[in-house]
Amino acid sequence: MQNSVEIKDLDLQFGAVKVLQNLNLEIGKGEFLVLLGSSGCGKSTLLNCIAGLLDVSGGQIHINDRNVTWAEPSDRGIGMVFQSYALYPQMTVEGNLSFGLKNAKLPKPEIAKRVKHASEVLQIEPLLKRKPAALSGGQRQRVAIGRALVRDVDVFLFDEPLSNLDAKLRADLRVEIKRLHHKLQNTMIYVTHDQIEAMTLADRIAIMRGGQIMQLGSPDEIYGRPINKYVADFIGSPSMNFLEGNIQNGTFEVGELSIPLDGYEFGDAGAATEGAATMGIRPEHVVTGELVESTPFQVDVEVNLIEPTGSDTLVDCEVAGQHFRVRMDGQSRVSVGEKLRLGFAPARVSLFDSKTELRL
Amino acid sequence: MIDITSAPLTGPQGPKPRKSFSRRNIFLYGTLITIALFYALPLYVMFITSLKGMPEIRLGNVFSPPLEVTFQPWVKAWSEACTGLTCNGLSTGFWNSVQITIPSVVLSIIIASVNGYALSNWKFKGADAFFTILIFGAFIPYQVMLYPIVIMLREVGLYGSLGGLVLVHTVFGMPILTLLFRNYFTSLPEELFKAARVDGARFWAIYAKVMVPMSLPIFTVAVILQVTGIWNDFLFGVVYTSPDNYPMTVSLNNIVNSTQGVKEYNVNMAATILTGLVPLSIYFVSGRLFVRGIAAGAVKG
Repeated sequence: MQNSVEIKDLDLQFGAVKVLQNLNLEIGKGEFLVLLGSSGCGKSTLLNCIAGLLDVSGGQIHINDRNVTWAEPSDRGIGMVFQSYALYPQMTVEGNLSFGLKNAKLPKPEIAKRVKHASEVLQIEPLLKRKPAALSGGQRQRVAIGRALVRDVDVFLFDEPLSNLDAKLRADLRVEIKRLHHKLQNTMIYVTHDQIEAMTLADRIAIMRGGQIMQLGSPDEIYGRPINKYVADFIGSPSMNFLEGNIQNGTFEVGELSIPLDGYEFGDAGAATEGAATMGIRPEHVVTGELVESTPFQVDVEVNLIEPTGSDTLVDCEVAGQHFRVRMDGQSRVSVGEKLRLGFAPARVSLFDSKTELRL
Repeated sequence: MIDITSAPLTGPQGPKPRKSFSRRNIFLYGTLITIALFYALPLYVMFITSLKGMPEIRLGNVFSPPLEVTFQPWVKAWSEACTGLTCNGLSTGFWNSVQITIPSVVLSIIIASVNGYALSNWKFKGADAFFTILIFGAFIPYQVMLYPIVIMLREVGLYGSLGGLVLVHTVFGMPILTLLFRNYFTSLPEELFKAARVDGARFWAIYAKVMVPMSLPIFTVAVILQVTGIWNDFLFGVVYTSPDNYPMTVSLNNIVNSTQGVKEYNVNMAATILTGLVPLSIYFVSGRLFVRGIAAGAVKG
């Protein structure tokens, strides 16, 4: 696959603060890459560097096999969508869409053609004569996407585009962005702190922390085989359960329990490493009721707290004296103090070294 | 729909009743009205005096309205009152002031707005140091710079001309106006500026097409500050211009303080009102925008 955006040894510092360190990233043509991380991890900064809105301290940025490290934002072949929409308030929707094209001195018929095409794709034709103040949040964000669309570029950059919208609209527009990507087949780089957005949209997710990429992989990989404890904890809602214990003779010992590890795929470190380790189990991978009989490991617990959410019921309990959450079907009837039998398969857990927090 | 009815309510309900003649209100409005009258009284005295003839003024009834209304003092103040040897009234000074104020206001606002825009959006090397020095300029007393500027203007050949005074006003308006514009532009969302850059607009295009159209309130504030400041200026006017080019404030002073003959209070009053009319009308026309501009930085629209 040909690369659309390549970031090589990128450094960025503000004074003594290193925001991005030695960052390398290759994004293929037509790929949807999501930069995911908590606030302050450098994800928006990285996007601004790609856009050319921030000067880098070191390294290179290539877009479409062209070194654009020193190029102006408008010369990089990118379109950008901002969190606050950033529409020019005194221009009509049409003016907003055509502003960039006028600056590029395109002929008028070409501008009209492109504005028409973009407004058709985004279904904002009836709004063309309106000012941004007369639009709803969802409509504004569509116009903002349209402004990137008319530029007819290969790379779209999204900086948390849905964060300002309410939950329902966010879900709608998320689907729409995905549909747009299927239709246009552009490269898209999308910054978000919302893991649902990341999981649903991405071809690949880059989890960032402290200006570095922790893990880069498909949503499946990130969810199923997190590379370290941070990623495991960050992805998934409710978050993963962690049990501190020891690996001995191919079993995981925690308190008085011993959990067999048959079926667990150890990584590069090879077969069962001995020593202190952390076991991570996602609440949704724990089974209850009749299904328990089919799992290799089972344990009895007492229900401490229940959180019904409608579709699911979350159960708080303790396994070997450590806090543990289980996701049950919303239909299940449990009450506090009740005894519950849990089971899970070792093939679905994640094991981390207690010291380095890396996956075993 | 769920229909829940409750027992009839007892006790306080709905909006809390307020008495319009409470002790608090009487005290509050009483104070406000007294202070307002105190400030309006001089204007009233000036206005009625300017409509009286000299014999009536000599009677000494300062607060009584004119028995016989005459506009002669206004005509005299505008076109006949004598300052020194010439007897052209305030009209010459008025046109001088117009010729000083308009270019000074336009120039200083254009330069300061570009300054503020560059300082807030294009953080060039040394921008902060530049800004600090500029703001420091606002704290230097005028008296310190008065004479050095005389020499500087003389050296460039502008001393005594209207152009020289325009230059002085433009320079002295810089610190406060730059501060005003910088703070306003900083309060505008930064993403707009970024979006414009991605859209290929450069320094001047972003300034003219994105920033300025969003800044009507702050431009209004700047216009009011500059028009009133420059129109009311006396010190620079008297120091840096020659008698032919004296602004209106200096002419007014010369009329009121002329020591020959009788003191014509009615003419003096009319002349004073005429001089104050320009800043006054600016306030009336743009008062609402002024308040909006002052508050614009505080509340995000």
